[in-house]
Amino acid sequence: MKKTGCEIENENGTLRVKLLGEIDHHSCAYLREEIDKAMFRSRCDTVVMDLCAVTFMDSAGLGLILGRYAKITELGGRLVCVNPSLDIDKILRIAGVRKLITVKEERKII
Amino acid sequence: MIKKPRNTMSLVIDSNSVNESFARYAVSSFAAQLDPSVSEITDLRTVVSEAVTNCIIHGYKGTQGKIFIYATYYDDRSIKVKIRDKGCGMEDLELCMKPFYSGDTSGERGGMGFTIMDSFTDKMTVTTKKGKGTTVTMTKRFR
Repeated sequence: MKKTGCEIENENGTLRVKLLGEIDHHSCAYLREEIDKAMFRSRCDTVVMDLCAVTFMDSAGLGLILGRYAKITELGGRLVCVNPSLDIDKILRIAGVRKLITVKEERKII
Repeated sequence: MIKKPRNTMSLVIDSNSVNESFARYAVSSFAAQLDPSVSEITDLRTVVSEAVTNCIIHGYKGTQGKIFIYATYYDDRSIKVKIRDKGCGMEDLELCMKPFYSGDTSGERGGMGFTIMDSFTDKMTVTTKKGKGTTVTMTKRFR
């Protein structure tokens, strides 16, 4: 099993959050705390959630994304989700997340 | 034609959130004996995770209790998974099953658990009794 966690980078007002491993109710508590801490500390206006390294996600992950979306929107910022796998996109579509949040593919420049 | 059961498993776990991944791996390893596709096994892992999480958050509300998991697979390549708690049960099942509804109003829940369980399986039934607990039964047939 891959280790679950996140890598957070702050680049000029954009907070990049790369989620790693399995996102379920158990791992969400820690992730929520880490992301919120970084969000408030950085005073960013955009949060980019990179889902490329997520190997499993259930509705707890939806809650994590929608909860962060609500917080950043309240602060006047925006949230974007990038690089979901097909399985994760299926979950995002069921919940209609794409109507609320921009979801896109992002090519990494190597 | 009546389908014949070919193999069964049962598992009792404590309602600790760390067991969510254990439960979904246990059931998907059992189901792997039917050689399902990767996406079929992902669907199964997801629905087991949803049901077990519901037992922990809503059934037992974070208190200690046991979660009972039973699975049977049949000769027609279908698997039936039953997940049960002896927690608080639901007062209004119809409301709880609505998309985006959550009994938890913190804004941190997707409210999509039952919707996902229903759409990722071929059949889902829920029985609940207030003060007695909830049982979710899901059947999925692999291609």
